[in-house]
Amino acid sequence: MSGDPHRRGWLAGLGAGLGGLWLAGCDRLSRSERALGALGAAEPLNRAVQRLLGRSALAPEFTRADLSPAFKVNGTANPPDTDYQALAAGGFADWRLVVDGLVERPLSLTLDEVRALPARTQITRHDCVEGWSCIGEWTGARLGPLLDRAGLKPQARFVILHCADTLDDTAPEGLRKYYESIDLVDARHPQTILAYAMNGAPLSVGHGAPLRLRVERQLGYKQAKYVMRIEAAATLAGHGAGKGGFWEDRGYEWYAGI
Amino acid sequence: MSSPATPPTAQNTPLGGDPPPVRIVTERHRLGVRLGHWVNVVALFALLFSGLQIFNAHPALYWGLRSDFERPVLAMAAEDAGGGRLRGTTTLAGRRFDTTGVLGLSVERGEAVERGFPAWATLPSYRDLATGRRWHFFFAWLFAVNGAVYLAAAVLGGHLRRDLAPTRRDLRHIGADVWDHLRLRFPKGWAAARYNVLQKLAYLGVILVLGPTMLLTGMTMSPGLDAAMPWLLDLFGGRQSARTLHFAAASLIVLFIAVHLVMVLLSGPINQLRGMITGRYVVVVPKEAARPGKEAKEEA
Repeated sequence: MSGDPHRRGWLAGLGAGLGGLWLAGCDRLSRSERALGALGAAEPLNRAVQRLLGRSALAPEFTRADLSPAFKVNGTANPPDTDYQALAAGGFADWRLVVDGLVERPLSLTLDEVRALPARTQITRHDCVEGWSCIGEWTGARLGPLLDRAGLKPQARFVILHCADTLDDTAPEGLRKYYESIDLVDARHPQTILAYAMNGAPLSVGHGAPLRLRVERQLGYKQAKYVMRIEAAATLAGHGAGKGGFWEDRGYEWYAGI
Repeated sequence: MSSPATPPTAQNTPLGGDPPPVRIVTERHRLGVRLGHWVNVVALFALLFSGLQIFNAHPALYWGLRSDFERPVLAMAAEDAGGGRLRGTTTLAGRRFDTTGVLGLSVERGEAVERGFPAWATLPSYRDLATGRRWHFFFAWLFAVNGAVYLAAAVLGGHLRRDLAPTRRDLRHIGADVWDHLRLRFPKGWAAARYNVLQKLAYLGVILVLGPTMLLTGMTMSPGLDAAMPWLLDLFGGRQSARTLHFAAASLIVLFIAVHLVMVLLSGPINQLRGMITGRYVVVVPKEAARPGKEAKEEA
């Protein structure tokens, strides 16, 4: 480089200009629905490959020695909703899990009835989409046998989990509450449970009391907390913005296996 | 093909009456290598910047199966510096550095913002994890497919053995090669049309070690792939270790790219760029050495 300050300034300007152009170009693409749609092509590819490699593979399980001493609470820590607060104040005695939608026999179960369902205990890793991981022990009712008890109609392709918590009260009506959805492969997976206990104790409010989903081969935002209702559905349309979940409606992948 | 167009004149005839050097155009890089290189440039750019967007969602790294929030390997944060001011800090292996303005704390439109890497280093520049992930996984597929095709072709086509594997002679002269590089003396003549030993080792390190490490540690962060391929966790010592190694390998790739670009600039950027775009690269050799090798053609 020459010591000529004019030339150096010119080069620095060129560098900054090109850098700015690159940033502006990428930001513009990042806001374009078409570009985002094209970039989203990786999601079905990821799902197809992961299903091909291990459709019924079990998520790794760990030992008590691996448990996180302080499992991070993320998302809703305490639902602001008055309905939920009333249920929590009553020790969830009046809480009911509703199973409906495309089922032969709609159910309404008390917490004790959920606890009496075929259960599974597993020590698994919770991977937040932000990048951190915690390990916890979960005990809960297996979703597969519960769906069998309700009897899925042949048109049912998804299980939609409706939650008690409002996570974004600034959003338009219908987009404020948390919800999630999984397909029947994951719903019937042996490790997919509705957990009512964590590390040997009843589920705390921070972690989703009285009932949360554990779908172990996907990221944290799929693990819906404060589950109130399980709806069998043929399509994800008609719920929220139609993308299958609170975060999915905000641009995150529906298939969160990576 | 006519002969080189450098007429012997008084100016370019070296003292001693030696014949003038001649310029010879060689076929330097094959189409497959050139194509793979430029696809890689695009993919690595998108992966690096979107990767830092993803890192910024939780700007800390850990070792082991899970996050030990009390003991990060690396952590960036904004903390109170007293007097209502904030300071950006980076903690690496227990040692804390003030990195205000770059890491941990950025100044955006005159306002201090807690942020791992600054806006100019992330894709998109504003905070948007969902969009960063879309960029990342799209280009991760491009990177993986491009790398797999390149590697398969390099093994089967002989590029790896012929051009990249160091010879015994290369390895014997490694000391002299390091010394030459330190003095910025680069190979001339026909030797400039081949990879020197440091180049070979750097490229092999990136192709055989860093590239596969990026891909495999990335896959290890996937809970779905951990179920299908639990050996990934054993290989890297857990998901959080894999995330740390992903970041470390990416840092080494950035270092490689920086050195690579400096070397291109120092060794004749126009000639090098033309070599990687059109495949044609000019070597300057003494007249008596201008026997076209099997890969060389005289300049038209």
